[in-house]
Amino acid sequence: MAGALRKPQLRAAALVLPLSAFILATFVAPLVTMLTRSVYDPMVADTLPETLALLHDWDGQSTPSEAVFETASREMVRAREDRSLGRVATRVNRVESGLRSVIMKSARRLHRVKEVDSWREAMISIEPEWGEAKTWRAIQRAGERITTRHYLHALDLQRDADGSIVLQPPQRRVYLPLLKRTLAVSLGITVLCLLLGYPLAYLIAHAPPRRANLLLLLVLVPFWTSLLVRTTSWIVLLQTEGVVNDTLVALGLIADENRISMIYNMTGTVVAMTHVLLPFMVLPVYSVMRTIPPLYMSAAASLGASFPQAFRRVYWPQTLPGVGAGSLLVFILSIGYYITPALVGGQSGQLISNMIAYHMQQSLNWGLAAALGSILLGCVVALYLLYDRVVGIDRMRLG
Amino acid sequence: MTVSGSGWERAGRVSYLAFCIAVFLFLIAPILVIVPLSFNVEPYFTFTEGMLRLDPEAYSLRWYRTVAEDEEWRRALVNSLIIGIAATALATTLGTLAALGLASPAMPGRPLAMSLLISPMVTPVIISAAGMFFFYSKMGLAQTHLGLILAHAALGTPFVVITVTATLAGFDANLTRAAASLGAGPVRTFARVQLPIIAPGVVSGALFAFATSFDEVVTVLFIGGLDQRTVPRQMWSGIREEISPAILAVATFLIAFALIFMLVVERLRRRASG
Repeated sequence: MAGALRKPQLRAAALVLPLSAFILATFVAPLVTMLTRSVYDPMVADTLPETLALLHDWDGQSTPSEAVFETASREMVRAREDRSLGRVATRVNRVESGLRSVIMKSARRLHRVKEVDSWREAMISIEPEWGEAKTWRAIQRAGERITTRHYLHALDLQRDADGSIVLQPPQRRVYLPLLKRTLAVSLGITVLCLLLGYPLAYLIAHAPPRRANLLLLLVLVPFWTSLLVRTTSWIVLLQTEGVVNDTLVALGLIADENRISMIYNMTGTVVAMTHVLLPFMVLPVYSVMRTIPPLYMSAAASLGASFPQAFRRVYWPQTLPGVGAGSLLVFILSIGYYITPALVGGQSGQLISNMIAYHMQQSLNWGLAAALGSILLGCVVALYLLYDRVVGIDRMRLG
Repeated sequence: MTVSGSGWERAGRVSYLAFCIAVFLFLIAPILVIVPLSFNVEPYFTFTEGMLRLDPEAYSLRWYRTVAEDEEWRRALVNSLIIGIAATALATTLGTLAALGLASPAMPGRPLAMSLLISPMVTPVIISAAGMFFFYSKMGLAQTHLGLILAHAALGTPFVVITVTATLAGFDANLTRAAASLGAGPVRTFARVQLPIIAPGVVSGALFAFATSFDEVVTVLFIGGLDQRTVPRQMWSGIREEISPAILAVATFLIAFALIFMLVVERLRRRASG
């Protein structure tokens, strides 16, 4: 009996196994690599192992011993030869800015020094920073294999002189305001989608079947159209020399020299993203509305309720599952949006994803990009669990 | 009272309808505006006077010719097709198998498996792409077609799982039992009984997966190299650097492509549910 029970289970699991393995290898493993990257960086530790070992016994305040200087100059020169020094210098520089050039210049000079009485004096004479404890503390911190500094950086936190964690001064905060902006913009877009999408879903749900099908297709057109195409259309419509401005000028509503800037700023991001995400609101709300028997509303009316009353007390509460599903979906999709803000957001319309892309591709601060990505992933997973509780992943439908 | 009441009601209805029409315009108009502009004879993105007068001289196929003759666009299309078709084949095969397993009531740990298989769809693509950049570089898959095929297949599988699972939701398990009792093996049962029923779901899923790959730009930006430039990647640089109306010609082509896909999927869905 147990065997008979187990066989279909095994067969079902065997069918699911190939895809599970595929997703683990091509998708989950990359995410794990990213999470690892955000806390683990052996680059400096592997390049300057002996210096770091010697610094381990250093008091952290005085100038380190001659042995530290001797080892450091040897390891720096060697790293310069195998071309890994640049990456080390960049990492140290992220802990204490200005040290990149100190390290690069010192290694270049030290490379030519063969015999010397005191490496300490030699190094300090090249760059006086070597005489300061904070330079060595920076190397120590950059040399941590497992580090929280990317997360501190991503949350605008820093360690002050005595090592406790404090917020950056307000004018140096970058990521917390951006995270706040991303959440606020996503919330705004969700509300906009609800305001525009709910009436639309109502119209479709209560139209005769033939017309409802046609209207549904109109909602699906943008859903299927390439994202890049839709973004292009908004540029064409909204740019200063675009269709909307031209029309307003032609109608005499605005003067030719006062064309409105509606794109390459936050307005562009919000308008284009609302357009992109509106179908994700309309479809779940519509599918819930379709299941509400019209009888309820007529019963409310026959009991003397006016339409607004009946709507508020009878209809709206029944649509809440759809509203919840649509809102959560739109919100989840908008906090991770990248393409639209990157293309039409200009300077002021950038969101957290754009900062991740910036650190991945331009500043090449991969540890920070990974930390920001992990934080965003955490937000999405939390919302996803909420979605699962409210709606159920099983009930996720397309179109 | 009743007169003013119905008057208000009417005003309410009219403004409600006007509002809905405005929202539909907001959804559709931006997409439609591209189409006539792609036939602009001038290198502008607005309607010229000639276009508004419907002067045939103001319209031309110039930008379509530009795109058709451009070596870069042609290569991008080939890349998009290679990556899209391979990723779709992979995603559809694996996704259909998994959906069959998930639909079985005997499947152990169903919610967990479902979460895992859907996760590529709900994870923001910037995060997936960043992770893939780290991992695929380590594996030597960055800047290869294979890397992008695997990435796009991963992003496309949830669509296949969802559409096929949906067609299987109404599937009567007695049918497979009947086939088995009549002596059909599992493969034959699948081919003769299950496949015809899930076929619309499989095709829809495949179309979704292909459309996903064909429109995907973030992973291409992160793990693709110069040799893996796809159509969306080419559009991306076009939009960022300088929009030429050639982009509008490509966009029009993509709109036509989207409409065809959408109509096919709708057809299939109606057939599956009706």
